[in-house]
Amino acid sequence: MAQLSVENVTLSFGGINALNSVDIVVEPGELVSIIGPNGAGKTSLLNCISGFYHPTHGQITFEGNDLTKASPHTISGYGIARAFQNIELFGGVSVLENLMLARHTYLKYSIGAASVFYGAARRGEVENRRVVEDVIDFMELEPYRKALVGNLPYGVRKRVEVARALSLEPKLLLLDEPMAGMTLEEKEDMVRFILDILAERYTTVILIEHDLGIVMDISDRVYVLDFGMVIATGKPEDVAENPAVIEAYVGGAG
Amino acid sequence: MSYFFQLLVSGIVVGSVYALAALGFVLIYKASRVINFAHGHFIAIGAFTAYALSTSLGLSVWIAAVLALAFTAIVGYFTERIFLKPLVGQPIISVIMVTIGLASVFGGLIHMTPYGSGNFSLPGFLPEGGVNFAGISVSYPQLLAVVFTGVFLAAFGWFFQRSTVGIAMRAVADDQMASMSLGVSVEKVFALAWAAAGITAAAAGLIVGAISGLNLEGLVGIGLKVFPVVILGGLDSIPGAVVGGIIIGILENMAAGYLDAYIPGGGTGDVFPFLVLLLVLWFKPHGLFGTEEIERV
Repeated sequence: MAQLSVENVTLSFGGINALNSVDIVVEPGELVSIIGPNGAGKTSLLNCISGFYHPTHGQITFEGNDLTKASPHTISGYGIARAFQNIELFGGVSVLENLMLARHTYLKYSIGAASVFYGAARRGEVENRRVVEDVIDFMELEPYRKALVGNLPYGVRKRVEVARALSLEPKLLLLDEPMAGMTLEEKEDMVRFILDILAERYTTVILIEHDLGIVMDISDRVYVLDFGMVIATGKPEDVAENPAVIEAYVGGAG
Repeated sequence: MSYFFQLLVSGIVVGSVYALAALGFVLIYKASRVINFAHGHFIAIGAFTAYALSTSLGLSVWIAAVLALAFTAIVGYFTERIFLKPLVGQPIISVIMVTIGLASVFGGLIHMTPYGSGNFSLPGFLPEGGVNFAGISVSYPQLLAVVFTGVFLAAFGWFFQRSTVGIAMRAVADDQMASMSLGVSVEKVFALAWAAAGITAAAAGLIVGAISGLNLEGLVGIGLKVFPVVILGGLDSIPGAVVGGIIIGILENMAAGYLDAYIPGGGTGDVFPFLVLLLVLWFKPHGLFGTEEIERV
């Protein structure tokens, strides 16, 4: 059974359909990319999956849970994490604190225990710190552990954003243009991290990316959106030769 | 010189009430960026609830005070649930207009009770008398007002720093999108912020009742004094609320004590805080401790 299924989803704002009868299926452990021209509805689709928007029609299910009307905090509890296109980090605190915040739902101790920092509070904090340190190690953020996020360069902040999503220990990771605006070297690093996330952390990944070279290299399957509709789907090599895709990207022949 | 110190001490007492009132205002602003024009009415609701419970039901003032804190928290909670939740995502100006509307509605409702006009004093709440030190007198209620304020502020500061709910509130204040994606229920955080603001507003109202008696206009007026306090201290800063409150309290007393004699009609104490508000907005619009938004280009 599919891990995530988006069935016949339509999202309307007034009279405009941002998404139009979109169907997407993602199997566990896959890297599925969503591509398409600007304004095709890629981010709107991620917003529907993570609960920031609710579809006008259709249904979204994840591991048997109905996401269609669920709120973002419920959905994150099901094991879906997300890195945003425009970095949404807590700028005034350190990298470590940003990641620890992702663990806050796992902190089950009372205010009393927290105030004296004893017993369950200490154990919980240590346990969660271990998870976060693993992620810091994994994303190679050790030099920046205590640095204020607001002062970090753009490429590193993008990496912190992915690290924070990973700190939730998600089963499905949604990455919205994690490589936008990066140098070639930073892009190569990010590609390596994404492949490691799949291989070592057994996390399914949905990737939105404009760099088609990278998408075609690393994806298991690709969905192409244009004007809110899926115009092509399949293995990268098949999609690349699809006439509808070429037309969407370079325009029709007159 | 002792005149100066007397003014200073009473300024600190009044200022600590302002600090407590401003704390509730800051809590709401910090969590949801809403500017609450009905805050003075929360103060009045808390104070008059305690008064009503202790005089008409004959409860001990302390029990009445605790019930009043709880009741105002509930009023705050449901205000958010019923009137403000539907406005999440709407322009902030609509939300502000709603709080102005709420202020009118609460004011009208209080006028329908026997407490709408006239002066009331909470019965035998705090010990009589006071201390006299080098010609400066401080009454016990005034001393206790400062102590209570300190305890409340410390408790809330600690709550924000250490509890998971407090941390979630700070996260929401910083970035709502990110907080939601990390499993923070923004709805819960907003409602809790309003409930907490209700508690601190009621506490401020009770302390005013203990030191100077209750009347509707005076209590609502404190809700307005909160504006110079938070503009000076920084809209989203708890330490700012404390420092701002005490500075405004002192300035107000000093102005009244020294300038009223030269101004026909007096009333400089009421005007002075708002002059400060204007000056701060000119020279330091984020206040003493407010967060300055730094944008990278």
